[in-house]
Amino acid sequence: MVDKQHLLNSKQMAQFVADGLLRFDELVPDELNRAACAEMEAGVLRGKAGAPMDELWQDLAIGQVIRLPAIQGMINSLVGPGSLYDHHAVHTVNANQEHGQIWHADAIIDTRMHFDVQFFYFAHDTPREMGGTMFLPGSQYRRVSESDVARYQNFLGQMPMVCKAGTVAVAHHGIWHCAQPNLTDNKRYMFKLRLNPTVRQKKLWNTDDIDDAEISDLLNANHRWYGNEVRLEAVNRIKMWRFLTGDDNFDLSYWLSRLENAPENELWAA
Amino acid sequence: MIAGLRRLSYIGANFFSEDAVTQIRQKLLVLYVHSPDLHSAAVAWSHYDGTGQDRSSSGDSEEPPYASVVAAMQDGWRVVQFPQQYPAYPGMEYNTSYLKYEYILEKMEEIHGG
Repeated sequence: MVDKQHLLNSKQMAQFVADGLLRFDELVPDELNRAACAEMEAGVLRGKAGAPMDELWQDLAIGQVIRLPAIQGMINSLVGPGSLYDHHAVHTVNANQEHGQIWHADAIIDTRMHFDVQFFYFAHDTPREMGGTMFLPGSQYRRVSESDVARYQNFLGQMPMVCKAGTVAVAHHGIWHCAQPNLTDNKRYMFKLRLNPTVRQKKLWNTDDIDDAEISDLLNANHRWYGNEVRLEAVNRIKMWRFLTGDDNFDLSYWLSRLENAPENELWAA
Repeated sequence: MIAGLRRLSYIGANFFSEDAVTQIRQKLLVLYVHSPDLHSAAVAWSHYDGTGQDRSSSGDSEEPPYASVVAAMQDGWRVVQFPQQYPAYPGMEYNTSYLKYEYILEKMEEIHGG
């Protein structure tokens, strides 16, 4: 059971629904970062896909990172208790790698409302000349298959993870991302972990601020790169917020309420 | 004359040396814009350079090279592909995937070799 103080709040959840990710700078203590870097260099034992996450890496620094209260709070808020290990990867970019990776979304087209989360853990300092991972906030609901988006190179609003050691990002499984060039003389490491939910993802976070007026503003974010489709993006966020809260009447700017107004149905029933 | 290859033999001309070979290569600029209006703002972009002089890749610039497709045309880029527009398939009205308003532009540039 995760203490309520470590759970995400409603505003953070709204930001996750809009952006598709949250970042937490310098979250992991330096001692653990150094131990995790050493483990990544040596290789981290792969678990069995679909196995309970709680049982993994009991004796490893990486396991200690995952068991930090703040990380457990994110896991419980987003995918709930009893989450499953999907896979992990130690992603590296060699020194003096001049070209960025192609944009992609992981796995394949995924039509679920339920979502997996992916943790991106930067255990050492990652200045811009070293990368890091580039994210495209707001891309998570787009139905694409892996590197189908590789023709694109740059977007307004793209966000490189330039960060200090110990920074963690947690993202919706659908978010578009790519590794960035590493122009330094040192190899870059990033640890990625994907988790699956086993429970209905409904109000798993600290909902004390569920009625905060700022939530609508957060959900209405315009990331600019999708241009005229901003209203369709809003519809997808409304649907996700309804799914997460169980409030089927939730709306932004009357977008869905207008379409759900069907007086003809009442005529037929009369 | 073979497309993409011009043999210049301006004997006596002082600009080109005799039998110098100039070849033409294509540069592509892909602009994604806010709406089907070619004046609308660029929101995403890619470069592909057939001259071999440049290799662009993901995340290598923060601002689009042109404000719009028309702005690129004014700088000499030729539009070679328009996005077609289709009505949404029934049941997929709210689905999103690729960027809809993708314009492919080209410039032909000379490369020098012999």
